[in-house]
Amino acid sequence: MTIDMSQFFQVFFDETEELLAEMEKLLLGLDVAAPDPEDLNAIFRAAHSIKGGAATFGITDLTEVTHVLETLLDRIRKGETGLTPEHVDAFLTAKDILKMQLDGYRLHTDVNLEAVDRIRKTLDMLAHDGAASPAPAASAPAASKAATPARSDRCFRIELPVVPPRDVDALAAELGLLGDISRGLLEDRRAFFTLVTHEGQEDIVAICSFILDPKDLRITEVAVAQGDGIHQSIDERSNTEQRQGYGFFEPMHSQIADGTLEKERENAQGYGFFAPFVPLTIPVPHPDASADEHDGDGAAVAVPSKPDAVAVSKTPARRESDKPVASAESSSIRVGIEKVDQLINLVGELVITQAMIEQRTNALDPIEHERLLNSVNQLTRNTRDLQEAVMSIRMMPMDYVFSRFPRMVRDLAAKLGKKVDFVTQGAATELDKGLIERIVDPLTHLVRNSIDHGIEMPDVRKAAGKSESGRLSLSAEHQGGNIVIEVTDDGGGLHRDKILAKARQQGMTVADDLPDDDVWQLILAPGFSTAETVTDVSGRGVGMDVVKRNITTMGGVVDIRSSKGYGTTISISLPLTLAILDGMSIKVGEEIYILPLGYVVESLQPEEKDIKEISGQGKVLKVRGEYLTLIPLYQIFGIEPRFTNPSEGLVVILESDGKKAALFIDDLVGQQQVVVKNLESNYRKVVGISGATILGDGGVSLIIDVAALLRSSRQLNDETIFFKEAEK
Amino acid sequence: MIHADQSNSSETGNEFLAFTLGKEEYGIDILKVQEIRGYEAVTRIANAPEFIKGVVNLRGIIVPIVDMRIKFHLGEPTYDQFTVVIILNIGGRVMGMVVDSVSDVITLSPEQIKPAPEMGTAFNSDYLIGLGTLDERMLILVDIDKLMSSAEMGLIEKIAA
Repeated sequence: MTIDMSQFFQVFFDETEELLAEMEKLLLGLDVAAPDPEDLNAIFRAAHSIKGGAATFGITDLTEVTHVLETLLDRIRKGETGLTPEHVDAFLTAKDILKMQLDGYRLHTDVNLEAVDRIRKTLDMLAHDGAASPAPAASAPAASKAATPARSDRCFRIELPVVPPRDVDALAAELGLLGDISRGLLEDRRAFFTLVTHEGQEDIVAICSFILDPKDLRITEVAVAQGDGIHQSIDERSNTEQRQGYGFFEPMHSQIADGTLEKERENAQGYGFFAPFVPLTIPVPHPDASADEHDGDGAAVAVPSKPDAVAVSKTPARRESDKPVASAESSSIRVGIEKVDQLINLVGELVITQAMIEQRTNALDPIEHERLLNSVNQLTRNTRDLQEAVMSIRMMPMDYVFSRFPRMVRDLAAKLGKKVDFVTQGAATELDKGLIERIVDPLTHLVRNSIDHGIEMPDVRKAAGKSESGRLSLSAEHQGGNIVIEVTDDGGGLHRDKILAKARQQGMTVADDLPDDDVWQLILAPGFSTAETVTDVSGRGVGMDVVKRNITTMGGVVDIRSSKGYGTTISISLPLTLAILDGMSIKVGEEIYILPLGYVVESLQPEEKDIKEISGQGKVLKVRGEYLTLIPLYQIFGIEPRFTNPSEGLVVILESDGKKAALFIDDLVGQQQVVVKNLESNYRKVVGISGATILGDGGVSLIIDVAALLRSSRQLNDETIFFKEAEK
Repeated sequence: MIHADQSNSSETGNEFLAFTLGKEEYGIDILKVQEIRGYEAVTRIANAPEFIKGVVNLRGIIVPIVDMRIKFHLGEPTYDQFTVVIILNIGGRVMGMVVDSVSDVITLSPEQIKPAPEMGTAFNSDYLIGLGTLDERMLILVDIDKLMSSAEMGLIEKIAA
């Protein structure tokens, strides 16, 4: 049973985490003055789903917090209480608490019980602040009578319009939260419920409106069938408490008070697990009573000595009946990442095979084999489409990363007493999942840095003639085969002199006339921090070097632009995906290499007169008035070439990070999409090579690391320096 | 034989794949061997040591090929249809090793494995398990795990580097 459950727990944890993230996102987007009812509903639904899930798994302390949260949200949603910034703050804190509790269960981290208690009290208080002037819910057709929260039980007859049986089940389960429910069928095949509850009619309408249009509902109040009201209500309460306390371990009913209704209920619940609908374990008790009740529940749950045979046999039935409620609206499925990767690998193989076929058919006579060639063309197109579709599975929008920042910026700015406007651009830009997960930490660091060091205090900004609130923007865009992610602030900018002084203090030798770009790069060195004081936000000097290292291992580049008084932009350029690239195959001697097409500007055959030597060491090529370093590939890779004179072979003009160079090769072979294979999985990193691929003929070809090549092109004249440099 | 089979449960397997390098006969733990293939054209890696012949495509994965004859100056590195590549799987990494020939799989009991002398083979004795004797044959038993992971081979990047 433990193993069985743990698997479901994982799903619950994942779902809850998503719901919490969703909730936070909505909360942050909420306009306090005029909240969008749709958003409020969505937040409420999220809280509600978490509560339902937690109750199913018997995680009572999670249910308790969500319950008070839900109560308050419900009031706001119905317009009984106005939304205030305090509410939003409380909700955000509650979200954090829930996350902490969730982690407590999942990762066995510590849970701060005091904080849990505090947030419950806060929410409770907020919920009751507004309770003094409850406005009748407008949506209920006959709300006037029901507005007062009645303590005593009332019996409603709810007639549903024609709806699918699944919805009826779902509704029955939801309404079961309110009290006791039984159901039947009308002559015209519509379902009806009889609900005994101490909640008002508007609650029923509210719940039903999740699934159907309230206008189609017919709710009539009928006299409570039997038993004396007060007695019954107490019975029910005790029963309610029991049910809450043990979560899905159903208490033994037989010892509890007698009375017809009680028995009926037992029939419906205790043994009724095999009936088509099952009420969820946690009903909604009245807010007044919730706090006291919950204390008791907490104690009860600590005694998990109830795993009797009944409970075990019931669990599966219950879970099944809960499922439709939880997953009714989801349109996505969860698939393990390894399955996706396997798919991608298989498609990669297919692409190679397809390329092989294409290569073979190229030699055929186009007239004689017209139909075969047409089919091959078709195959080529289909393969490409398939490949794109499969690759897109792994692609995720940057929003996945960006969405976690608004909250962080808000909290951090508040903590530091700064005002920050946070904007994101290009959240829809897609990036490989593997990369997106690794970019989170570096970006977090950069954003924190920008707020802490970049953006000045409001008074400083005012004195400098800027607006009080700083602007921090996070943007992502595609640029060729790369994605460029930029963190821009309009703060004070980097202090050139401070950085230079600090560098000297650290024992680095730096020239006074170092170009700005190189000065900025200094802050990426290990142990470098110019912050005057170490705060808990940043300034310990660990970080920027880690950022740089992380980005570099992802095959990316960090670039810093800054101007004093106007702000700083840190731009990260990453390859879109590590799996596939458009390549140009080139030939030097007998070797075939792949150049990533993204770097290729043009290729040309140089003329003798355009090639100049510089002090007998290196050669430059004049292309349209521009002098480019000539990099002879045969020299770098130690290959016996066909040509040693550039004017006999070809040069490919490459561009990376604004640097251009001319690569001297023997010949161009062709252009194709290649599947990048990691060289390091079985071998080691090779300088100047970013990976390998498999050609149409089954042979291996190496992919040239153009960025590294160009970065070191300055020292290229001396090969040894090039390799030493690159090996760092 | 029965005895040998029983002791198979001890930490190192007692079955060895015997191969030759030049005139010497070597043995490696059979459990490290993934497959044996013929030699096929490799793609050269620029600026790699001479004994690293390059990489090949082994059913979609890129596998480096090391020529032991060059590495240990044993025999003449010739490549023909008889040249054999032993594909090893060491700690999840796949690599190929070119040898002159593969003879057979032999089972050795612990008594048949004698400690290696301090010198006398092309291999550093750190990488040796011992010398195996089987009738008149003597096999140099190589700890292929240790050898292939060593910095000397340069096949695996050290984390610190």
